[in-house]
Amino acid sequence: MFDLDRWTEIGDALRKNKLRTALTALGVFWGMFMLVVMLGFGNGLENGVKGSMMRFTTNVVYVWGERTTMAYRGFQPGREVDFTNADIAAIRRVPGVEYVAPRNQLGGHRSSNVIRRGSKTGSYQVLGETPDFFKISPRILVSGRFINPLDLEEKRKTAVIGQQVAAELFEPGEDPVGHYISVQGGSFLVVGVFRMASNDDRSDRENSTIHVPFSTFQHVFNYGERVSWFAIGADDDTSAGDLEDRVRAELADRHHVHPDDPEGIGGFNSEREFGKVSKLFGGIRFFVWFVGVMTLAAGVVGVSNILLIVVKERTKEIGLRRALGATPFSVVSMIVQEAVTLTAVSGYAGLVAGVALLEVASMALGEDSGPMSQPGVDLSTALAAGVVLLFAGALAGVIPARNAAAISPVEALHSE
Amino acid sequence: MIRLEALNKSYVMSEHSLHVLKDLSLEIAEGELVAIMGSSGSGKSTLLNVLGLLDRYDSGAYHLGGKLARDLSETEAAKLRNSHLGFVFQSFHLLPFKTAVENVALPLYYSGVARRKRNAMAASMLERVGLGDRLDHLPSQLSGGQKQRVAIARALVTDPKVLLADEPTGALDSQTSTEILELLLEVNAEGRTVVIVTHEPDVAARTRRVIHLADGRIGEDRRQEGG
Ligand SMILES: Nc1ncnc2c1ncn2[C@@H]1O[C@H](COP(=O)(O)OP(=O)(O)OP(=O)(O)O)[C@@H](O)[C@H]1O
Ligand SMILES: [Mg+2]
Repeated sequence: MFDLDRWTEIGDALRKNKLRTALTALGVFWGMFMLVVMLGFGNGLENGVKGSMMRFTTNVVYVWGERTTMAYRGFQPGREVDFTNADIAAIRRVPGVEYVAPRNQLGGHRSSNVIRRGSKTGSYQVLGETPDFFKISPRILVSGRFINPLDLEEKRKTAVIGQQVAAELFEPGEDPVGHYISVQGGSFLVVGVFRMASNDDRSDRENSTIHVPFSTFQHVFNYGERVSWFAIGADDDTSAGDLEDRVRAELADRHHVHPDDPEGIGGFNSEREFGKVSKLFGGIRFFVWFVGVMTLAAGVVGVSNILLIVVKERTKEIGLRRALGATPFSVVSMIVQEAVTLTAVSGYAGLVAGVALLEVASMALGEDSGPMSQPGVDLSTALAAGVVLLFAGALAGVIPARNAAAISPVEALHSE
Repeated sequence: MIRLEALNKSYVMSEHSLHVLKDLSLEIAEGELVAIMGSSGSGKSTLLNVLGLLDRYDSGAYHLGGKLARDLSETEAAKLRNSHLGFVFQSFHLLPFKTAVENVALPLYYSGVARRKRNAMAASMLERVGLGDRLDHLPSQLSGGQKQRVAIARALVTDPKVLLADEPTGALDSQTSTEILELLLEVNAEGRTVVIVTHEPDVAARTRRVIHLADGRIGEDRRQEGG
C-alpha cells in the first residue's frame, strides 16, 4: 500500500513533535542495537570457545583407573584399578578406535617438576607420550620434530618441549633443538619445540609441558608397565560418547570391575564437554534475547506513549477528518502506520548500526582470537529481529489507534 | 431529502441529563434553502450535527435521502458524510499545516480519488470561490473571508447534495459576510439543499424558509420570498 499522502501525513505528524519523536526513536534504536550487538557477541563467544575446543580435541575419549565401589568376581570393593601396557592392544581392538595414546605424568595428574638447563630452572609438567598423542591433540611444530616410533623402540632420552618452556629455559633466539635438559637427574635431548594453535588458558598450559617417549618414561622413572590414563581418538564414523561406553566396558571386563560400578573406570569425552558448552550457550542465547527484547519493549512503550500524546494533540484534526469522511478504520490504520514507521525506521537503523559495530569488531579481532571469534548475526537472526520489530511497532500503535478511533467528531470540533 | 419525526436528543452528563431536542419533526425538501435561528443554547448546532450524521439521537427517526440514520454503521455514516454532505463551520476548521489546495482536497482523499486528480479538482473548486491565486497559501496566510471560502470549497468538492453551515458568517465582518452569503446562495442555485444556522436577521432574510428553534422545539417555521 504505497500512498504518498499517508506518508506525508506521517512525516508531518512526526516532524511536528521533533524532540519527542527523536527520543522515542532513540529508545527503539537502542533496543534493537543492544539486541543485535549482544546476539553478535554471544555468537562470537560461542564461535571462539567451540572453535578452540574443536582444535584441541576432536572426538577424544579419556579413561583412567579409579577405586572400585562394588564387589565383583571375588574382588572386594575399594580396589585401585591400574592400567598397563597390555591394555593398549585391547583398546586398539575396540571398534571405532582410531588412535590409542597411553599417557603417564611425572608425579601424577597436573603435578609439575623442576627442570634444569644449564643455570636456568623452571617448573613444568612432564608427560610420557606416543606419536599418536600428537594426532589426537594437534599442535604446531616451531622447530625440530615430534616423538617418533624409533624414540619409543629404542627408549631414547629425547624430549619435545612447549614454546613457553623453550622461552624460559633458553636464550632468546636460541634453538633448543640439540640441547639437553635435565629431568630428575636424567639428561634428555630436545628434539622439537611446539606451540598450540589457539591461545586460550588451556593452550597456555599445554605450551608449558614437556613430552618424552612413553617407553623411556616408564623405564627412567620406574613406572614398570603402568599407564596412568589413555587418550583415545574415535574414527570419523564414531561418536566419542559411544566410544567411551565401549572402551569402558572392555576395560571393566579386563580389570574385573562390575559393569554397573559408577567408579573403577573413570572416563570423559569431548562430546560430553561439547554438550555442556552447547547447553551453556543455549542459556546465554536465551538470556540475550530476553534482555534484548525487554530493552526493545521499553522502546515500544515509548512509541506508544508518544503516539498517545500525539493523538490527544490531534483530537481536533482527527475529529475534522471524521467529519469529512474518514472511516474509523482509516483513522486506526493511520495511527498504526505511524507506529510501525517510527519503530521500523529507528529499529532498522539500530540493526544496521549493530551489524556495523559487529563487522568492525570482527575485523579488529581478526581470524583467530581465542574466546571471541567472528562476532556477528546471521540472516535468520536478523530476520527474526525484524519480525519482532514490526510486530512491536503494530502493538505500539494499538492503544493510541483505539483512542483515536473513539474520538467523536462533534466533541473534537467543539474543543477549541 | 431530510425528514425528522419526533426526534429527541439529550446530553447525558455525570449528574443530570439535558434534553436539547424535543420531539422535533421537520421536513426539508431537495434544493431548499433554509435558515435556522434561535437564541443561544436553543439546540441549533445540536440539530445540525444530527442532520450531518456527526451525532446520534435518542428516539424518533431521521431519514436522510431515504436512509434511516440509526441503521448506519460508523463506516457507512462516514461514507455518507463524505459523498452526500458538506460542512461549513463558524471557525472554519482548516488544517493549519496544509495549504488551501490540500485542505480542499482532503475529502477527496477519503473518497479514494487519485492524488493528481484530487489536486486538480481542489484547484478548480478554489477558483470557483474566487481563490485561484491563493492555492498554495496556508490558512494562517489567509483572511477570515478567504478561510471561509476555502472551507466552502472543501465542503463542495465532493459534489454533495446537502450543505450544512453552522454560523458561517459569525466570525466575519458584514462586508465579508455578504460575500460568503452570496456564495452560499449560488450553491443553492445549483440545486443543492442548503441549511444555514445563523443569528443574523440579514442572513435569514435572504433565504426562503426560516425555522425558529426555541428550547429544543420549533417555534416558527416560516416561508418567505427569498433574495
Ligand atoms: N457535548 C455536549 N454535552 C453537554 N451539553 C451540551 C453539549 N453540546 C451542547 N450542549 C448543551 O446543549 C444545549 C444546546 O446546545 P447547542 O450547541 O445546540 O446550542 P446552539 O443553539 O447552537 O447555541 P449557540 O447559538 O450558542 O451556538 C446547550 O445548553 C449546551 O450547553
Ligand atoms: Mg451553535
